[in-house]
Amino acid sequence: MRYLPKSPDERRRMLAEIGASSIDDLFAVIPPEYRLNRDLLVPRQLAESEILDYFHRAARRNSVGYYSFLGAGAYRHYRPVIIDSLVQRGEFLTSYTPYQAEITQGTLQAIFEFQTMIAELTGMDVANASMYDGSTGTAEAVMMAIRVTGRRKAVVARTVHPEYREVLATYTKYQDLPTTLAPYDRQTGRVDLAALEAEVTEETAAILVQSPNFFGVIEDIPTIAAIAHAKGALLIVAITEPVSLGIVRPPIEADIVAMEAQSFGVALSYGGPFCGVIAAKEQYVRQMPGRLVGQTTDRDGYRGFVLTLATREQHIRREKATSNICTNQALVALMATIFLTVYGKEGMRELAEHNLAKAAYAAKTLSAQRGARLVFNGAPRFNEFVLDTEESPELWTPRLLDVNIAGGVPLKRWYPELGNATLWCATEVVTREHIEAAARVIAVGPAEVWRH
Amino acid sequence: MATDIRNSTPVTAHTTTGKVRPHQTQNEALVFEKSAPGKCAYKMPPLDVPAVDPAELLGDAHREALGLLPELSEIEIIRHFTRLSTWNYAIDLGMYPLGSCTMKYNPRVNEVVARIAGFAEAHPYRPSSHAQGGMEIIEQLQRCLLEITGMDAITLQPAAGAHGEFTGILLTRAWHESQGNPRRKVLIPDSAHGTNPATAAICGYQIENLKSNSDGGIDLGALARQVDFDTAALMLTNPSTLGVFENQIHKIADILHDKGALLYMDGANMNALVGKVRPGDFGVDVMHLNLHKTFSTPHGGGGPGAGPVACKAFLEPFLPIPVLVRNEDGTRHWDYDRPHSVGRVRAFYGNTGMFIRALAYILANGPDGLRQTTEDAVLNANYIRKKLEDLYELPYNTPSMHEVVFSDKRQAAHGVKTGDIAKRLIDYGFHPYTVSFPLIVQGALMIEPTESESVEELDLFIAAMRSIAREAEENPELVKTAPHSTRVSRLDEVQAARKPVLRWKPRENPHS
Repeated sequence: MRYLPKSPDERRRMLAEIGASSIDDLFAVIPPEYRLNRDLLVPRQLAESEILDYFHRAARRNSVGYYSFLGAGAYRHYRPVIIDSLVQRGEFLTSYTPYQAEITQGTLQAIFEFQTMIAELTGMDVANASMYDGSTGTAEAVMMAIRVTGRRKAVVARTVHPEYREVLATYTKYQDLPTTLAPYDRQTGRVDLAALEAEVTEETAAILVQSPNFFGVIEDIPTIAAIAHAKGALLIVAITEPVSLGIVRPPIEADIVAMEAQSFGVALSYGGPFCGVIAAKEQYVRQMPGRLVGQTTDRDGYRGFVLTLATREQHIRREKATSNICTNQALVALMATIFLTVYGKEGMRELAEHNLAKAAYAAKTLSAQRGARLVFNGAPRFNEFVLDTEESPELWTPRLLDVNIAGGVPLKRWYPELGNATLWCATEVVTREHIEAAARVIAVGPAEVWRH
Repeated sequence: MATDIRNSTPVTAHTTTGKVRPHQTQNEALVFEKSAPGKCAYKMPPLDVPAVDPAELLGDAHREALGLLPELSEIEIIRHFTRLSTWNYAIDLGMYPLGSCTMKYNPRVNEVVARIAGFAEAHPYRPSSHAQGGMEIIEQLQRCLLEITGMDAITLQPAAGAHGEFTGILLTRAWHESQGNPRRKVLIPDSAHGTNPATAAICGYQIENLKSNSDGGIDLGALARQVDFDTAALMLTNPSTLGVFENQIHKIADILHDKGALLYMDGANMNALVGKVRPGDFGVDVMHLNLHKTFSTPHGGGGPGAGPVACKAFLEPFLPIPVLVRNEDGTRHWDYDRPHSVGRVRAFYGNTGMFIRALAYILANGPDGLRQTTEDAVLNANYIRKKLEDLYELPYNTPSMHEVVFSDKRQAAHGVKTGDIAKRLIDYGFHPYTVSFPLIVQGALMIEPTESESVEELDLFIAAMRSIAREAEENPELVKTAPHSTRVSRLDEVQAARKPVLRWKPRENPHS
């Protein structure tokens, strides 16, 4: 086996040194009735060339070369080449969690840079080293708010990503934590502020909203924060599309931000691995889940970095820990750090402006087709919008796929009241040509309906 | 200023024991300190749609200032992260014997296949007709993992081991509820990973500690006394964190099952079992695997991982949604219509990129390679044990599987603790073993070599450990002040925790 660095003779010599007559001696402790005395029924050992061939063939059964308007929590952005060059360095790729600080300063300094960039972007004071993804980060943020406030209720906007809400429900199922849903305004697509205010009481630990929300609409964060704070509750803002932060005002009035950083240079990869992160106001840091890197000095006075505030974590606190999280998404956080360094201050703004312009053009062009209209109006959007069509998306989706375009995500599954509505996303990689091609396809259906 | 990494005047005169300080590759500043306005590493293509006025479109939501993101050129970014990378130890550099972490070789073909465009560019909400290749990989990996574990059903959704534990205990609880009583407590041996009690607590269970017997294993008498009709499950790591196989495992399972409690297995140490024995055959009801341990997906400095959960058929209805199912025509789709499901534990379908890598590893090995891998892992641990047991105290004399746990008892007599030995090991070119875990061993040295080490590398490690044992007797100060060869010396963790500095801030000229 090509990954195993031993010759048969070396194995024999080692067994002799141990004083074992055969390898079976070392497994003698396993009761005989449980020993597996046959080969595992897995495919035979493949050559490297066969492995490449197998996966290339499977990948061809995943369609390639499509132009996509899919977003909804997973975004296609351009990924600078140097991200993969750098994260494939073995010193990053094949290193463990940096518990031994003297020989993991590379990972530690990079995480410290990640924490700084996330804090800057979100307008929070501190950020952790990463969570599994945005959905689990959001659920953990709600549990964090419970610990901070000592209260046990949460109000969740219905405009938060439906799968995030499902994960939250799973996480809080046995936490004795009732959550209530706040509806959205059918005109603007924002959370209904009056309904939200009515739901918040002195027992509410936190309000959870997403901005830009699941419909792509930017929520009125200062007003929502005021509603939360008036009752002593925290405001948690979830962000699934962090490129928005290049041009959209950060949620500085929030107490906790739970974010999915996949947009920052991370491949879609059918939904993972992505990179969640929790950022918060400084006073809540000791209730944060996950790892934190802090700056310190060594014995000679030189700057260095270590994992810190570990007394929050499971390996110290066990059942009293802030979370059970151990492994996180460190290498993906490194991708995000490199992405943000490549684009930097000016690039993030320009990138966000391109997204804004593409989505504005796509929304205008698609909604101008006969039978199509924008569902929400009157509140600002970033790079996503909801389109309603007279024709069912089940009819136009295959027509779009025929011209190599993946159209918007049907919303009926989560929002039955929205009927034919679909959620479209136009990032910087979407071209005018494909926006116009999609519009022509959308136009065909209702036109025919009209004729007959 | 940008390359000055001293916070203050060194408290001791700088000696030449560490890396040569003046070398510029050792003095890489923070990326923010290297930034200068106007430098850039990107170029956007021309905008092919009408430009918009962000202030007009966004109104009050328009962001005025972007804060402290850095501005650098591409070559500086390459050098920055390359220099940082050289300050890391890694499997690619040498032996990384962190017990419980299974730091094995991460095959490079795995990285190549995970980046094939058909997988890497697949959006999770693309129509299933356009995702059949990815689903095929998921289905094939599920099939292999079920065969390896001897279980009946599986979910790949959990993102890491602790996330898998959470999922597994949720399944346990959902099943008990379906039987009319969720029960109250989960038993956890005192040798367990910290994630086990943290997980049970999140699932609303009380944690009851189970004391190990004199062999460091499960005390059957104590277990029989503690298991009652209020016990939901025992969370058992097998082999244990001492690297010891619970040879009474069938009795453990019987005691639990007699009272209607389930046996949860933490699969962190599965690298000792693959191809030799299957948890499903010895009474385990539900377990998680760590693809980033046993199945070679890279640890990446702390993640990402993947923590699939395998279970017996009676727990299958409770698996998280969605579940991959096969249609009559051989195609596959995601099934969301599962009324008994515990719900979702994560958005989308899991860390799919890790599934591709893990399957590539299984295919590279085949049944013979997987078995040989396990045998070599166990052989290596026993070889280290044999070669060090005269100098380091073995707290338990039970046979070792894939890892061996010593204690620092003999070295502590000279004031040298396990943490000191670990730091000194760095000077010999090795990553330390796991320090002070499991908690049932005072001053533990937990050594897991994995199958990836050659005799040559093992012998070098053994020689280093023997040399340190001698140093502990003859020159304990040398060990207690180690490491002496690293870029930074021992770092002040107390200072870091007392006044946390968790982000960079400019010293003067605060940003506008």
